[in-house]
Amino acid sequence: MEPILEIKDLKKYFVTSRGTVRAVDEISFELLRGETLGLVGESGSGKSTTAYTVIGIYAPTSGKILFRGQDISVPVSKRPKTLKRAIQIVFQDPGTSLNPRRTIGQILELPLKVHRIGDRNDRRRRVVELLRMVELPEDYIYKAPHMLGGGERQMVAIARALATEPELVILDEPTSALDVSIQAKIINMLLDFQREMNLSYLFITHDLSLMRNVAHRVAIMYLGKICELAPAVEFFENPYHPYTKMLLSSIPVVSEEEEKMKPEKIISQGEIPSPVNPPPGCRFHTRCTERNGICSQELPGMVRVREGHLVWCHLFGKKEEG
Amino acid sequence: MGGALLAIRDLFVEFKVYEGKLKVLNGVFLSVREGQRVGLVGEAGCGKTTTMKCVLRILPSPPGRITKGEILFRGEDILRMPPRKVQRIRGRGISMIFQDPTAALNPVFTIGDQLMTVIRYGSHDSLTRREVRQRAIKALAEVQLPDPERIMASYPIQLSGGMRQRVCIAMALATEPELLIADEPTTNLDVTIQDQVLRLLNELVVRRKTSVIFITHSLGVVREMADWVYVMYAGNIIEGGPKGDLFREPLHPYTRGLMRAVPKLTGGGIAEGIPGRIPDYLDPPPGCRFHPRCEHAMPRCSQKNPPFRPVREGHEVACFLYQE
Repeated sequence: MEPILEIKDLKKYFVTSRGTVRAVDEISFELLRGETLGLVGESGSGKSTTAYTVIGIYAPTSGKILFRGQDISVPVSKRPKTLKRAIQIVFQDPGTSLNPRRTIGQILELPLKVHRIGDRNDRRRRVVELLRMVELPEDYIYKAPHMLGGGERQMVAIARALATEPELVILDEPTSALDVSIQAKIINMLLDFQREMNLSYLFITHDLSLMRNVAHRVAIMYLGKICELAPAVEFFENPYHPYTKMLLSSIPVVSEEEEKMKPEKIISQGEIPSPVNPPPGCRFHTRCTERNGICSQELPGMVRVREGHLVWCHLFGKKEEG
Repeated sequence: MGGALLAIRDLFVEFKVYEGKLKVLNGVFLSVREGQRVGLVGEAGCGKTTTMKCVLRILPSPPGRITKGEILFRGEDILRMPPRKVQRIRGRGISMIFQDPTAALNPVFTIGDQLMTVIRYGSHDSLTRREVRQRAIKALAEVQLPDPERIMASYPIQLSGGMRQRVCIAMALATEPELLIADEPTTNLDVTIQDQVLRLLNELVVRRKTSVIFITHSLGVVREMADWVYVMYAGNIIEGGPKGDLFREPLHPYTRGLMRAVPKLTGGGIAEGIPGRIPDYLDPPPGCRFHPRCEHAMPRCSQKNPPFRPVREGHEVACFLYQE
């Protein structure tokens, strides 16, 4: 399968009065057509910055973003409109991502107007069709966002993202503000859309259990770096990186079977350091239970432990590439 | 039940709003025995926090009003106590940790100032200034904060979210309460930090034999933190029982739906959620408040609210499926 999105040595630094924040620090990955890649990390790991750089809210400090082979490493104002139509985003909080002073109909019509899709009647039909797709009643056209529940609002946000028939959708924690019973419905809907429209999802989240059930591949980020990337099943059955193991063993689960899935308990210790002055060498060494001398001096290179399973850790051999 | 430290019985609460009355709590039953770790789990807006606010008598009134029920703490009804007596229970008898440590701490006072105030007014003994300070430092050391002296002089903004929540735990436990109410104390924290804070909290309450009510929306967290679990839906406790039994065999259709909807580490996809959404409290459905979303709904479910009754050894449920 061809990659729809390629990220190469992407860096995004922010210059502040207290120093340079290295939010994303040389990461590379690709996303295939029709695939879901879970980008998982704790707050401050750089996962959202990565998403915002791909959509064009930030221009990269260096590195390349290729969409269908075309370089799009420019801010959104310099991107051709056809490209914006093909890449869409769903934000975390539908309470603030929908304009409170517009009706649902106006909100869903806006992307169609911007991209000059159809005339007034066509757009009207399309808005109704979009509502039907996300299983909301037609008369919601006249409602304001505050009259809807959190789950319904997020469905409107999803419908808006799909209005322009995109190829790549960035999902930035789309269900983390919602209850689990509603999350289930939204996730299943997203999976159906992916199948029907061959969508590619870059799924940003902190929820590993969710990724086990949704993603084809999972990448873990820590302090601006990717530390492990693997196919989802492999990732959970055979994690390598000490940080991945710490994350997995920290997850509260609901059954004994799941408890057995967790790696041997790695006691979580320390907190994520500031990205202004990230620790030298491996970013994770300050919290790592298996660190040795080299970890605080040299940045670990990429190690291919199996086909498609990449780890950035000194424990698993010498630097191979990248 | 013998030896109940706290017993909430048939609690009803309404909120008066412009459109009418929100009938939020609809007859809540809950009890905590000495040394017991009780988990209260439910989704957003089900009334978990409202219930706890009644226990501490901090429900804003108006618009809130307790229309019926009693809350017995050591056999005495908190709802009918004079304010001075309630004031004495807060801190020494019952203390609380809130969800958002940033909002719970005053930004313009140092951690030391705030912690020492709590100890001075909440302590069982009368203490000198020096003793108060020593106790504060000891409380910070107990929650494993590095360099307590420096933390004492810090302002909340200088600490990370995880450290702030440790400060709040120190504050809540500094007065050696008999009952600790922890209201979603780790919801705003990252999973590895959550793990640290939960382990710490567990260690402290087990060692001191403090009774706990642990409020959360996460079934996984409640499984780690409680011996006894209550499930709440739309203003009612709909199921309660020993943790092992409840997780092995949940009875209420809502609990079962919730368990199914949680994404599992073992995979297998995401089950269908529960159709519909939480009812409008202005005009809640008659009878069982869950019946419009329930796949097992029977005619009588819409006529009468099912009573909360034991089905087997300690496992109680409010559902007609299990009652003759």
